[in-house]
Amino acid sequence: MATQAFQKIYTKLNQITKATCSVKATGVGNEELATVGGRLAQVVKIVEDNVTLQIYAGTEGIGTDAEVVFFGKAPSLKVGTDLAGRFFNAYGDPIDGGPEVEGKEIEIGGPSVNPVRRKQPSELIATGIAGIDLNNTLVTGQKIPFFADPDQPYNEVMAMVALRAQSDKIILGGMGLSNDDYLFYKNTFENAGVIDRIISFVNTTEDPTVERLLVPNMALSSAEYFAAEHNEKVLVLLTDMTLYCDALSIVSNRMDQIPSKDSMPGSLYSDLAKLYEKAVQFPGGGSITIIAVTTLSGGDITHAIPDNTGYITEGQLFLKRDTDIAKTIVDPFRSLSRLKQLVIGKKTRADHPQVMNTAVRLYADAANAKTKLENGFDLSDYDERVLEFAREYSAEILAIDVNIDTDTMLDTAWNLFQRYFNKQEIGIKDEFMNIHWKKA
Amino acid sequence: MTKGIVKAIIENLVQVKVSGPVSQNEICYINLGGVKLMAEVIKVLGDTAYTQVFESTRGLRPGDEVEFTEHMLEVKLGPGMLSKNYDGLQNDLNKMKGVFLSRGEYTDPLDEDSTWDFSPIAKAGDVVSGGDWLGSVPESWITHKIMVPFGMNDEYKVKQIAAKGTYKITDTIAIVTDKDGKDIELNMIQRWPVKIPIKCYAEKPRPFKLMETGVRTLDTLNPMVEGGTGFIPGPFGAGKTVLQHSISKNADADMIIFAACGERANEVVEMFVEFPELDDPRTGRKLMERTIIICNTSNMPVAAREASVYTAMTIAEYYRNMGLKVLLLADSTSRWAQALREMSNRMEELPGPDAFPMDLPAIVSSFYARAGFVYLRNGDSGSITFIGTVSPAGGNLKEPVTESTKKAARCFYALSQARADSKRYPAVDPIDSYSKYLEYPEVIEYLNKNVHPTWVEDVLHAKDILRRGREAQEQINILGDDGVPLSYHDKYWKSELVDRVILQQDGFDEIDSSTPMPRQKYMLELVLELCDTELVFETFEEVMPYFIKMINILKQMNYVEFDSSEFKTYETELHKLVDERSAK
Repeated sequence: MATQAFQKIYTKLNQITKATCSVKATGVGNEELATVGGRLAQVVKIVEDNVTLQIYAGTEGIGTDAEVVFFGKAPSLKVGTDLAGRFFNAYGDPIDGGPEVEGKEIEIGGPSVNPVRRKQPSELIATGIAGIDLNNTLVTGQKIPFFADPDQPYNEVMAMVALRAQSDKIILGGMGLSNDDYLFYKNTFENAGVIDRIISFVNTTEDPTVERLLVPNMALSSAEYFAAEHNEKVLVLLTDMTLYCDALSIVSNRMDQIPSKDSMPGSLYSDLAKLYEKAVQFPGGGSITIIAVTTLSGGDITHAIPDNTGYITEGQLFLKRDTDIAKTIVDPFRSLSRLKQLVIGKKTRADHPQVMNTAVRLYADAANAKTKLENGFDLSDYDERVLEFAREYSAEILAIDVNIDTDTMLDTAWNLFQRYFNKQEIGIKDEFMNIHWKKA
Repeated sequence: MTKGIVKAIIENLVQVKVSGPVSQNEICYINLGGVKLMAEVIKVLGDTAYTQVFESTRGLRPGDEVEFTEHMLEVKLGPGMLSKNYDGLQNDLNKMKGVFLSRGEYTDPLDEDSTWDFSPIAKAGDVVSGGDWLGSVPESWITHKIMVPFGMNDEYKVKQIAAKGTYKITDTIAIVTDKDGKDIELNMIQRWPVKIPIKCYAEKPRPFKLMETGVRTLDTLNPMVEGGTGFIPGPFGAGKTVLQHSISKNADADMIIFAACGERANEVVEMFVEFPELDDPRTGRKLMERTIIICNTSNMPVAAREASVYTAMTIAEYYRNMGLKVLLLADSTSRWAQALREMSNRMEELPGPDAFPMDLPAIVSSFYARAGFVYLRNGDSGSITFIGTVSPAGGNLKEPVTESTKKAARCFYALSQARADSKRYPAVDPIDSYSKYLEYPEVIEYLNKNVHPTWVEDVLHAKDILRRGREAQEQINILGDDGVPLSYHDKYWKSELVDRVILQQDGFDEIDSSTPMPRQKYMLELVLELCDTELVFETFEEVMPYFIKMINILKQMNYVEFDSSEFKTYETELHKLVDERSAK
């Protein structure tokens, strides 16, 4: 961003920390953008004429005589239909060698949607993955993260979901993405021939840490443009939100804020909610759906990051390696889609809710039987049967490489019920038993 | 009027240099290029007022002008609030233009042009005081009382009262004379500062009446009472919001005020969509007609989140003074506590546990204390029953918000992750949860008189069955199915009977989602009778299939109309099943 005429230049920094610096200046607005020694920065605190700026690229090598230039505006992005198919960095500058985007300039991190203007999400997003479609159905306008350990194939699964889901635009916000993962997404989207509906804002591990604070807002503001103004269905992928939170804690630490749980800023809940709540079903028909990744440390979901995320998002998805069938499944116990009630049994077959619950209950019984087995107890006949059932349920329905529609999932489940159990053990309402339970 | 200029900005904490007197909690407006941002004074130091701004402070500069209003954060009270959707500061959200909220857009909570059919209650010559009824207007199906403003706590003589007729809320409906002989004109509107409790009632006795919610695990096992307080802590995904929503749909209250405080917007949208469609089981009217939603979702400004619970409570107190049974629900009070923490942190106060402010327990308990059953001065009664949810960090109940709330609330509905994981909804843990009201002699007397002569005894018996079942299950897990006496299996499965038939409830099923008290009584008596029946089994392997069959029949009963022919068919089937193994 070039310096313009008549801008006041300050050259006397009075404080420099790892992420922030302070300068005496007047007429500066809160959250205003600036450059410090040519690096992009944002005003985070003003006390009389002392202005504190957070420097996105870090303060390494910044001198007390560095030039500070204020722009008189908050961080913004130029939006237009030309955004489609392009790759940008955290500042919204192209990194794919293409030209600058022409279009209107919007401030990022803008206001929230009036809750009474929101529409209730009601369109399901089919992915062909039973762990999602059958047990944890996704709906447009929803926000849901994968809670994954770093060794799990979450990027692969997320790319698969993105490609199979019917959406007009897929916007990738990559924070601290390794270069390899960035290239994985790029190649996957290119190979699938969908590059013209992809927009990426990427901060890789090679880029400065604090920069990634801009990424989700860049991605979500452009999503708002397509969803609100063009009534498009937009899917936003945010990975990895844990690294975003780490950057938040670095900045809050430099600003001498008192850390709360797990060294995270006390405002973590609000900070995350501001992003995730951008997921919305607009009255005009457009929608923003957010699928995020929050990496866990040793599966610990009580850590402040997954914990606050869980309270904000509409459910969470866990991946799990099912060793019995040697495949990855979406964990039926811990995963939850809170919005599924809006579509299952309504947009899908009426027996969907009961079949889903019954299968999960039987799968839980199988887990108990397994524990019994491990503790050296004898298995009852029922235990043997649920174990058999669980294996087939996992292999024929849950495995993420299975790609079938919801009706097929339900039919397969009924077949398995009938193969291993009697009517009482299933315990589904008679209304559905009469239709789907085949008479001998 | 005092003016000031902006001196410092730290996110939504703005320091203002003032030129005159200011008071704590006074409201001021900060002028940001023509847009007025509302803010509240939260600390004063010398000539600097520390204010929390209820909006984003993006673009605010030192030197911007500030105007103080000489009043605290107030709500505007009058007919026309029912069915409205407000934000935390009582702006009518439906009156706002545009899809996105814009800063500085404040809308009227009442409709000043609306007209109402007024009927006088007081007569010329009556002596009245704050909170006394002057007249009434029908508001939806509620008789909305027009009261002497709560702040008028002297005695006044009614000089003139409007005749029966149609009036606007701004029309004068009464003239009262104070003791100095000065006339005061009153219309249907009054204002009240949200942080001050309204205490225009005669007395506040211990609550004693059952508050039916239709949720069996509450009504039967740990009952809530009219004017009682309770809270629902639980990790995410345990079903706090679903439980609160089903309480709000089925509770036996005259009106519901729902404060969506820092939670998901889509959950509120669900209410916006469903409530105008759903029937109130008691009046046959639409649920929205008895509901006010105060909505400050998690992405809306943090400071207004704190205000939202007070706004909701004050509106509840206003309606309570009309002799109504108000149910106030807040989801979630933890978000409110977090809002306090964010501010306290910005003010650089010394932190208490988990960086929450030191006075958190005091703030929570004085808020809960505003609920309660009251006798008004005219002998009528009104109540505010308050149930809040708590979102404990990491699901750990030993955290400051849960602990503070536990000291203040009388009912504790602990949601358990284990129950949620095994889809046992509502996931209220039957053993950890409690209702202190079950120990109140006046509540015991009420229940035994109105539900069943041995009701409380039966409830405690059911709790014991659950407790015994849990012990038996632990033994079975340690020693194995065949390592324990047969009776352990019997005990465990009888507790499952209570759990699966009484406690578990399908919140999404049309019939099962709400159970009226007579049906709850019938089912509890039936299940207890089954539990007290001695059954004969040869081996432990026979126990489970038998009970599964029994539970299955009872669940089918839960799904059909009470006392219908289907219900009775299932019951006959059930008795046949019992006869198969009954010791007699």
